[in-house]
Amino acid sequence: MSPFLQHPDRTRREFFNTTASGLGAMALGSLLTRDGLLSPATASASSIGPSSTTKKPHFPPRAKSCIFIFMAGAPSQLDLFDPKPRLNELHSQPLPKEIWETARFAFIQPESAVLMGSPRKFTKYGQCGMEFSDLLPNLGSCADDLLMVRSLHSEEFNHHPGQLMMQCGVSRFGMPTMGSWLTYGLGSESENLPGYVVLTAGRGSSGGATLYQSGFLPSSYSGVLFRNTGEPVLNLRNPDGLPPELQRAGLDALGEINHGRYQEVHDPEIASRIANYELASRMQTSAPELIDLSSESQATLDWYGVDRPEPPGKGFRGTLPHLKTHDAFARNCLLARRMVERGVRFVNIIHASWDQHSELDRNITYNATAVDQPIAALIGDLKRRGLLDETLVVWGSEFGRTPLGENRRGRESNTGRDHHPFAFTMLLAGGGIRGGQVYGATDEIGWNITEDPVHVNDLHATILHLFGLDHLRLTHRFQGRDFRLTDVGGKVIPSWLA
Amino acid sequence: MLRLALPFALSLLVASSYGPAARAEESSPAVTFAQNIQPLLAQRCLECHGPDAQEGGLRLDRRETALAELDSGDTAIVPGDPAASALIERVASESADLRMPPEGEPLTHDEVEQLRKWIAAGAHFTGHWAYEPLSTAQPPVPRNTVGIVNEIDQFVRARLEQEGIEPSPPADRYTLIKRLYYDLHGVTPTIAEVDDFVANTSPDAYERLVDRLLASPRFAERWARHWLDKARYADSDGYEKDNHRPDAWRYRDWVIHAIHTDLPFDEFTIQQLAGDMLLDRTPLAHLATAFHRQTLTNTEGGTDQEQWRVAAVMDRTETLGSVWLGLTVGCARCHNHKYDDFTQREYYQLFAYFNNGDETTTEMVTSPESQAKYERELAAHQDSVARQRKQVERIREHLLLTEEAQGLGEQNDETIEEFALTHEEYAQAKAELEELQAQAPKPPRMKVRVISEREEDRRTTHVLHRGEFKQPQESVAPGTPSTLPGWGADDASPKSRLEMARWLVSGENPLVPRVAVNHIWGHLFGQGIVRTVEDFGVRGERPTHPGLLDWLAGEYIRLGWSRKKLAKRIVMSATYRQQSRHRPELSDVDPTNRWLYRQNRFRVEAEAIRDLYLSAAGLLSSKIGGPSVFPPIPPGITDLNYNSAFQWKVSGGEDRFRRGMYTYFKRTAPHPNLTTFDCPDSNVTCLKRRRSNTPLAALVTLNNRVFHEASQALARRILTADLEGDGQRIERAFRLCVARPPEPSEQKTLHELLATSRDWYASHPEEARQLVGNYAVANVDSREAAAWIATVRIIMNMDEFITRE
Repeated sequence: MSPFLQHPDRTRREFFNTTASGLGAMALGSLLTRDGLLSPATASASSIGPSSTTKKPHFPPRAKSCIFIFMAGAPSQLDLFDPKPRLNELHSQPLPKEIWETARFAFIQPESAVLMGSPRKFTKYGQCGMEFSDLLPNLGSCADDLLMVRSLHSEEFNHHPGQLMMQCGVSRFGMPTMGSWLTYGLGSESENLPGYVVLTAGRGSSGGATLYQSGFLPSSYSGVLFRNTGEPVLNLRNPDGLPPELQRAGLDALGEINHGRYQEVHDPEIASRIANYELASRMQTSAPELIDLSSESQATLDWYGVDRPEPPGKGFRGTLPHLKTHDAFARNCLLARRMVERGVRFVNIIHASWDQHSELDRNITYNATAVDQPIAALIGDLKRRGLLDETLVVWGSEFGRTPLGENRRGRESNTGRDHHPFAFTMLLAGGGIRGGQVYGATDEIGWNITEDPVHVNDLHATILHLFGLDHLRLTHRFQGRDFRLTDVGGKVIPSWLA
Repeated sequence: MLRLALPFALSLLVASSYGPAARAEESSPAVTFAQNIQPLLAQRCLECHGPDAQEGGLRLDRRETALAELDSGDTAIVPGDPAASALIERVASESADLRMPPEGEPLTHDEVEQLRKWIAAGAHFTGHWAYEPLSTAQPPVPRNTVGIVNEIDQFVRARLEQEGIEPSPPADRYTLIKRLYYDLHGVTPTIAEVDDFVANTSPDAYERLVDRLLASPRFAERWARHWLDKARYADSDGYEKDNHRPDAWRYRDWVIHAIHTDLPFDEFTIQQLAGDMLLDRTPLAHLATAFHRQTLTNTEGGTDQEQWRVAAVMDRTETLGSVWLGLTVGCARCHNHKYDDFTQREYYQLFAYFNNGDETTTEMVTSPESQAKYERELAAHQDSVARQRKQVERIREHLLLTEEAQGLGEQNDETIEEFALTHEEYAQAKAELEELQAQAPKPPRMKVRVISEREEDRRTTHVLHRGEFKQPQESVAPGTPSTLPGWGADDASPKSRLEMARWLVSGENPLVPRVAVNHIWGHLFGQGIVRTVEDFGVRGERPTHPGLLDWLAGEYIRLGWSRKKLAKRIVMSATYRQQSRHRPELSDVDPTNRWLYRQNRFRVEAEAIRDLYLSAAGLLSSKIGGPSVFPPIPPGITDLNYNSAFQWKVSGGEDRFRRGMYTYFKRTAPHPNLTTFDCPDSNVTCLKRRRSNTPLAALVTLNNRVFHEASQALARRILTADLEGDGQRIERAFRLCVARPPEPSEQKTLHELLATSRDWYASHPEEARQLVGNYAVANVDSREAAAWIATVRIIMNMDEFITRE
């Protein structure tokens, strides 16, 4: 509780000298609001139900920030990370009967479907010899920092439920996302920016805004959407014709009136509101500064690929005609680094769509080209600045794709792959992850996991562990039940830890 | 079948009613099962020793099992003998290996002592309070009855007297009228309404104001929105495709209409849950079943439609549990409930009521008003057709009398017509008739999604292993939870969805009226009497005023389930009319105002915030219902949804300024002005909105377009009003927002801001024109208008404006 709240009858002068307009504003702001985002959810939360908020980790953390790069739509692990020579040999053969009799398919007609090899060339990278396809040469150069997990699995078969599963640990609606849980559990280190930020490039994802909702947690734990150009946060710009000095004068007058009311009715929500107006005002400066890349060297901009042109061609699934997705994705990666530097806890970079049911080669080439260089630059840049140790970078999606070519009725040309939640690949780096290792394995055609299966809940349990949080203890009581990110499952995977 | 959770007669330590006798319970330091033991067991024991799991053979939620011999041969509870009870030994153990519970902190000394005392006194179990019959005890009579209006005050005052706390004095009349407008209408009162009320000293002035507000359609809109939260109402399908639902608004309008006409809550319930099955089913009753068509529809490619049908039926089952029963039954999809006595089998028995309700469409009128208009237009049209037909006939008869007509050979209809058409006069009249006939008004009909009970090929319901639609187990018949009383003479389960709906509101089921009045109370006090409005189970909070809750529940039934009458009872009470000022001297004793020694202050909901701004500015449209509208939205928001074909085409005219509840709600890309203020996402039912207080919210009211437009319009409003001087103008703007006049210090602050703004705009005419935008005022220099906008926008950002006090 702020000192101000403990002494409600202090004079107004004293209040203003120490809080709203002076240096003390920072103190008030942080005291009231280190809670989650910029927002003092405590006052609200305490009046709307019990909460098990903890702001200290359960044990010493390895990671302070997370950059979650979410490739919505399900990239093909078989064409990027998990080479299957045997699958190439079996190209055009039917699926083994024991598999198609038990498996479930979205579009594929299993009786007539045939296996589809990958045309990609795989190369070993780094000292560890991790394999990447020719679509990801830049990421390959980070191999020794990366943990490649080839044995993720999920229960969800369709995109939106699968995306909720990956973000919330359970596919039901109304649940908090990973970024909400982390900011709820740890708060934010940033004085001037939200603790949980979302950046998007390309077309919208299947899950839309539900992928960064706070569910039953207060909305102050929702992801705040930032744009990489123009107005970075909604409503950040003053109305046209209103100069900063009048915004300031207005806020001073507002602070006085609100404070007068506070002295009259003693409601701590008013104090929170005063602080939030001040924080909003600071965001009006800090957010544009954040997205202003003029202080970055040309070499850095080029490293990430800022201002890259779009590749030739039209109709790619990973973009829309009016979007410059290659440039936007590069900016988002660079902004993620700048946010982490400024104490943002969780950055969710969303790119859609990787849902390549058809024309797999040209679409995956477009998407891989969009993301390969910027992500590699991000990892390299974080490392160069000594931030990678405390920044967890995660690359992944809701599920993977089938080794079968898609033979949906009317599109039997076998140029794409169907949904595959039974075995898919994700990457992790930094933040206490032991790089240079491949974890888990799949069978010779990539259908089933043969070694070390990792459920989405296990991934989440391990991520929370890196942040010093015990996934069993990070809970929130809602409708009589203590909920957690890992639902009723989850186990930490010790061999991932550095 | 014995349906109550009381398996045997008990010599109860406590009375089961909450009347005067119950006060002894509430104030007594004696240990009771309901107050001390059951909450402790629910929090710390039942997860492993409850309905779902019985580790070591121990189940602690029922007396007969809690007293039974364990796998180990010990007995957990020996009534009257704590020393022989293994439970005490284990919870008090010094050894971490033996101590229960195995996880978390050990029980406190006090908790162990409570268990000990309770066992010593005989280890009596009582049923969970929420399932007990409603108490019929009379309201207590407090010592001090000064200022008491009705029974509500008797309950609250008696409780305060036990705590030794004085109630707060009544709020001043400005606050009272503002409070009533915010709670009942969600818009600002006009200055004239405020002045009338403040000046009216007649004893019934307050009551007349309440009656007037309850009778207005503004009340129906405001309270419909509360219900729409529960209905998870939206204008799109949800999930990836999130397609447009062109008919969703028709259900929203049904809710508004039902509340406006004060459709009793029992009928309101029956129509929404089973309106399709009523013998005397009206189209409106069938439309009501769209309550359960607000479930999401997954049309993503490659979906198994049976999976999503089952998911929707589960949502219907769980929404029923939350909205009417206050129970979170969802856990039992996969396993028996861990805390509440609700089995997986019972879940699928509830599910079975909905499993044969098919998703269908029906055709109906778009609104009663449009139907009436249609009927008027049709009658007028038929008149003019008849007139024109007469005209045609007249001409024909006239032609037949001519000589030329005599020359015709055989005269029949065909030849006469042929003949007549050769005459231009006739041909033209005939053509006009045909044209007129073609212009008949079209009946205002539309297709709406509803539920219709499946008649043939009916589905059998199975328990689904782990909730998986592909793993059916044994079949089950429809049935209601065994902890609740049954129905009819033989106390049996309702057999059909219609019977189940009737059972809910039969008055025999005590949960439904308790839950329903708690919702209404919550909207008028910002907190329920049961604060966990979504959870009346054993882990939920107990009512702060059990006797009051039961009295209100009984009163709701006695008032014929009239929502308006019950709301009136509540707002008439002295408890409601208290000041909301916090009392620092009580901040340690009762920081969250459990005992209602004051009213509560709270920020209003997202839609109401918009409505307050627009009404104070004089911009708010009063149009009721119809298709949802598209007020301006920041660029890029709709790009976030997957369906790239979706376009947010900004509405024109008054549709830009409709109430917030009419804003189109797209589930995967909702309007940010709604979500920033905690509007629910409409994917699942919402029983209680959150009230966050964030910098993003501050940015909305400072800078967002519609809020800025409200400032512009408010400035124009006071500049064109018949007022003199800055002081009057400031006061007018201030009062348009918060009803009361400003304090001198507030006047002074605003004068200074006005002066600063004038100074600045004096030398910045271009910026002044920008700020004024489309809200220029005739004969007022834009620099002056801009200075006013810069000032009134700060009034509009006062905490008091968006706070119901």
